Amino acid sequence: MESCAQKKKYAAKDYKSDLKPIWCPGCGDYTVLNAITRALAELALPPEEVAVVSGIGCSSRIPAYTSVYGFHGVHGRALPVATGLKLARPDLTVLVTGGDGDGFSIGGNHFLHACRRNVDLTYIVMDNQVYGMTKGQASPTTAPDWEGSKLTPEGTGINPFQPLVVGLASGANFIARVSSSDPINMARIMVEAIQHPGFSLVQVLSPCVTFRPEQQEWRDIVRTAVVDYTDDAARAARRLMTDDGFNVGKVLYKGSRPPFRPEFENTNGSVTELEARFAL
Amino acid sequence: MTINSVSLVIAGSGGAGVVTAGSLLLDAAAQAGWYALMSRSSGPQIRGGEAAAMLRFATEPIMSHDDSFHLLMAIDWDNIGRFSAEIPLVATSLIVGDPAHGPAPAALLGGTPRQAALAMTDIAGKIENGRPNMVALGAIAGLIGLPPEAMQAVVEKSLKRKGQAAIDASMAAFHAGFAAAADLPAIPKLPAVAAATEPRWSITGNEATGLGVIRGGVRFVAAYPITPATEVLEWLAPSLAKVGGMLVQAEDELASINQIIGASYGGVPAMTATSGPGLSLMIESLGLAVAAEVPLVVVDVMRVGPSTGIATKSEQSDLNIAVYGLHGDAPHIVVAANSVPDCLFTTQWAVHLAEAMQAPALVLTDQAMGQARAIVPKPAELAFIGQRLTAAAPAVEGERYKRYAMTASGVSPMAIPGTRGLTHTADGLEHNEFGTPSSQASDHQAQMDKRSRKLTQFNYGDHWADIEDSEVGAGDTAIITWGSSTGPAREALRRYAAAGGKARLISLRLIAPVQPEKMAAALQGIKRAVVVEQSHSGQFYRMLRAFYELPARTVSLHHGGPLAFGPNQILEQLNQLNAGSA
Repeated sequence: MESCAQKKKYAAKDYKSDLKPIWCPGCGDYTVLNAITRALAELALPPEEVAVVSGIGCSSRIPAYTSVYGFHGVHGRALPVATGLKLARPDLTVLVTGGDGDGFSIGGNHFLHACRRNVDLTYIVMDNQVYGMTKGQASPTTAPDWEGSKLTPEGTGINPFQPLVVGLASGANFIARVSSSDPINMARIMVEAIQHPGFSLVQVLSPCVTFRPEQQEWRDIVRTAVVDYTDDAARAARRLMTDDGFNVGKVLYKGSRPPFRPEFENTNGSVTELEARFAL
Repeated sequence: MTINSVSLVIAGSGGAGVVTAGSLLLDAAAQAGWYALMSRSSGPQIRGGEAAAMLRFATEPIMSHDDSFHLLMAIDWDNIGRFSAEIPLVATSLIVGDPAHGPAPAALLGGTPRQAALAMTDIAGKIENGRPNMVALGAIAGLIGLPPEAMQAVVEKSLKRKGQAAIDASMAAFHAGFAAAADLPAIPKLPAVAAATEPRWSITGNEATGLGVIRGGVRFVAAYPITPATEVLEWLAPSLAKVGGMLVQAEDELASINQIIGASYGGVPAMTATSGPGLSLMIESLGLAVAAEVPLVVVDVMRVGPSTGIATKSEQSDLNIAVYGLHGDAPHIVVAANSVPDCLFTTQWAVHLAEAMQAPALVLTDQAMGQARAIVPKPAELAFIGQRLTAAAPAVEGERYKRYAMTASGVSPMAIPGTRGLTHTADGLEHNEFGTPSSQASDHQAQMDKRSRKLTQFNYGDHWADIEDSEVGAGDTAIITWGSSTGPAREALRRYAAAGGKARLISLRLIAPVQPEKMAAALQGIKRAVVVEQSHSGQFYRMLRAFYELPARTVSLHHGGPLAFGPNQILEQLNQLNAGSA
């Protein structure tokens, strides 16, 4: 057991940079930033041993607002950057933050394969069902009849992407949904997500107050899931397929697949040995 | 002196069988103390299908194929017409075919080559487990003067696991072919040489590329399979593991490039290899590596484009995308290998450059050199090891770390994750010295200057180009070229000199950043030049025109792939330049 003294080594503020977020007042992402820093403090991880990787979007701004190592890459490619970083540096704790457009649209293929590959990462997706940074277009999780965008004035007419169902089917090893209106549970679940080996997927219902003001009602709609997590993927699939997207505050699925790590033969061979194979 | 060599093609519908036969012959030639070059050409079929192994043997190192072949040994004729343009035959050439498969197709007869029959199938049929391929190899050995003992040693090694009976059957077929060669019309024979005096290697360009990055210090590779780069990856996967590195097969090229960005940000030198279509997908993230100042190496084994193009054949047409493909002003490094063994030198150098300048380095090779196997003098040990300027601790305790600090060289000490007190966010957004996103004109100007300065002020030494004069001097004529076209250009220079001509070869290894001062020095006294490249639009010529002062009389010799230049095509151009000056 870690001693209490060690756990108190860090406070949440130790993980925050002094940069002021560009987010709108009331944005759900503020709570997520707080929860991440609280979770890191709870885990007493030295800031220099943590990396937060992101792509592009409002929520992808998070790395710069933390005091850990950060990488702010291009749109949709946060998961591969994090994969390379974690495989090359297994000693680091690597988190990935981003939004629904970054993760499930432009980065959709990487999402599938990150779940499948099961590298030990924690992926925190702030889902607000809209592209906020480009000022309010439909995202892959937007309802088909949402008419709030000039790009799709009649609605998209396409059923929304189901991140947790797809994540489960693709092999994610830990799945949870949380609400930004419940910061305490969010931090607790992030701690669990970081501790769980393999690829952990945390969907955060994080309202966009500017382009989806109606999402402020989410705080009244969400409910704490009534059942505890399952380790049975089939049962988890049934639950996720029938759920309305507002069961929050609990872990939904925990798998036990060992995390991906390429075969590491390291025979302490030398480059000279490699060269010898070419000699005549 | 021109090179004393013999060139031949083994063709047939046996798919890999033809390439295997070619490999045996290459190994036997090495055993006999000769130097050799083997290229392969294959159809689009995944397995089987028509294939041709093009080989050239000499008693000294060779970098290029000749303008025509002395011998075409056809196991059968299936679809061989598809290769006819790649197998130039002249009146002195000899086609040997098996009467069991009928006469040679007309497509091969344009150069009116001599023809002869060798009943490979019948001869093999009389030997238990005899194969026509081995009969063909025996006949080739007899024709070119390859001692049977050399083949014996190679067959014993390659068939060791199959047992003595298999070795005996193969050698019986070989000897039957060897004896039959006495009745075939003659082609030039190579002299036997004493045991090789210098250590030699047998290596392909793609293997040399893999070895080069490992020697440079790369220990993380992420990649997606693509022809003709796959062999780089297949060689690297087990080899990296042996030296404590790893290769990850990614879901696509977007993932490959971003995984290596992540690994390199983590402090582990990283690379990927791809071809044109994959490079196109990686371009946006290459810009990220420029902006975030993450060192990495991307090897593009070029093939015929655009789009899917001709996946199995060579072209030098990715120069433009490599140099200009990135959006914004994005200073990066582009280098090009100019021979099979130079793939080792250039990729190792690229790792060194990328790490030293904290910038992405693109390496251009191509299918022709990547998939060619050569017997070469053992490449030299190189001192290039990737060395990154890292930051160890805050200069002043508690002082905020400037990841993108302004320095005279433009290179800022890089904090590797795990280092205390230096946490920061690396960013593709324009940023200030701390890495904090900034949209201010002054920050953009300062960071652009810095990213540009670190590349332009770097000391590239003599490696920017290979500059070679004919033995009698440079005269006032130059061949300016790059990549695979360097091989035939080198040989053209020798032929030109053998006829009393003086010329200088300039083969650019450093494509970007450009080196106008060094080029000016190299062109001192040069009045005429021919620019040689395998590109339909003359991409290299246009780039030279844009950035360099070229001699008043400079002509462009260019065509698209997949046909390589023969030395005589370049020689002819030199002669024309010379005649024009008279």
